[in-house]
Amino acid sequence: MSHHKLEVRDLQFAYPDGQVAIKDISFTIHHGESVGIIGANGAGKSTLLMLIMGLLFPTSGEVLVGDVRVTKKTLPMIRQRLGMVFQNPDDQLFMTTVYDDVAFGPRNYNMDEEEVEKRVKEALEAVGIAHLKDRAPYKLSGGEKRSAAIAAVLSMQPDILIMDEPTSALDPKSRRKVIELLKGFKHTKIITSHDLDMVFETCSRVIVINQGEIAADGEGAKILRDSKLLESCGLEIPLSFQNCPVCGKL
Amino acid sequence: MADITKALYNMRLLDDLAQKESSIHRINSLVKLITTVIYLAVVISFGKYEIIRILPFVFYPVLVFTLSDLPAMPIVKRILLVEPLIIGIGILNPLFDNQRILLGGMAISKGWITFLSLFLKSSLAVTVGILLIATTGMDKLAWALRILKVPKVFVLQLVLTYRYIYVLTEEVARMMRAYSLRAPGQKGIQLKHLGSFLGQLILRTLDRAQRVYEAMNLRGFTGEYNRGENEKVNARDFAYLVGWVLFFIVARIYNIPKLLGVLLTGVIG
Repeated sequence: MSHHKLEVRDLQFAYPDGQVAIKDISFTIHHGESVGIIGANGAGKSTLLMLIMGLLFPTSGEVLVGDVRVTKKTLPMIRQRLGMVFQNPDDQLFMTTVYDDVAFGPRNYNMDEEEVEKRVKEALEAVGIAHLKDRAPYKLSGGEKRSAAIAAVLSMQPDILIMDEPTSALDPKSRRKVIELLKGFKHTKIITSHDLDMVFETCSRVIVINQGEIAADGEGAKILRDSKLLESCGLEIPLSFQNCPVCGKL
Repeated sequence: MADITKALYNMRLLDDLAQKESSIHRINSLVKLITTVIYLAVVISFGKYEIIRILPFVFYPVLVFTLSDLPAMPIVKRILLVEPLIIGIGILNPLFDNQRILLGGMAISKGWITFLSLFLKSSLAVTVGILLIATTGMDKLAWALRILKVPKVFVLQLVLTYRYIYVLTEEVARMMRAYSLRAPGQKGIQLKHLGSFLGQLILRTLDRAQRVYEAMNLRGFTGEYNRGENEKVNARDFAYLVGWVLFFIVARIYNIPKLLGVLLTGVIG
């Protein structure tokens, strides 16, 4: 299934004000992999995601989805395959009801209403908020909004799910729910986050980005235990690997 | 501060009301839009001295309002909001048009008649417009406009402006909150801070709008506003349209209040 492959080759990007956000990044993500992209604030994670989604275009290098290069021309097709969940669900939910919001994507691809309904129902059930379908998105709680935003992307049935900070600003229970949800998805996943415990649970592979470059790329369990590496990149090992704050033991 | 939060709530109220289920809500959006437009055209077509003849047209909003099960206060409040503007426009009429006529033995300026007619027409137009939005919703209206071949650019402009008002107001609410928490005992924003406040607001809103737009793009938005199901026009919708249009035509051609008067006095006599 080569068309689920995502390849980033020699990517470079500078913002118009001259600030170089991505210096040189290359990696390949294969079908079914879940990859956590971590790095300090300003390391270039969000820029990288935007480059992958074609919201920005690289100064040099390229992004390939399957064997198709991300260009203005291929965007409609690329975006059907890649689903991105924004960090702030409020940016993503703008229709009057949850149902319409989840249906927004499929309707844009001119599916007939029966198919749209089926997809919306499936997506809402997958995230467990079928009962909220007629509610207005702005009236939902933080956790419910997040679920709705994820459903809005699932309804497009993407091959690759891209999530920017999926657990930020969630209470512990909602966070747990999102983690279980992510673990349940069979999609290829790319997750950026500072919640390293969540990354450890959901991603088998981790890419560490530091100042626009890849500092490490490999097995999650290994990288997330490497306190020296993580500290040099402005991070620290996941809380669950740290010693107990009361008794000092692991 | 509270005002802005309230304003947000109020704006969204129309969206919420449009989600209701009533015999009027269920009528096809396109039919409702066409009926409203014809209504407006007919009401506006009356001459400036014809007050009595407009009266039968009050029947339409009243009936729509009653059948649509909308709460009275929020609707009335919105109508009242526009009244000062209408009065402002028409208030000088009695001065300009000061021919006198006798009405029930009392001499009044003809300007008062034109003022009243202007007031009545505008109020009816505003009422009908608000009722249309409250029983249909902006999304469905946009769909109906597209069916009527209104260019995509205009419809999109309308829909997105409507959506971005929320984005803007939310941002204002957030900034006001932050400001008022660090400026206790102050009313509003000091003039010297207003410049950077407004500048910030524009930048932030642009940023936010950009992100919303990106989110739309990522989900395949190409400028066509897809409402999903194409509502079909069924017999009931058709009857609604034909019924009202017939009523409008009859009320336009015949002077119903006068006929009624003749009929009643005739019976009494």
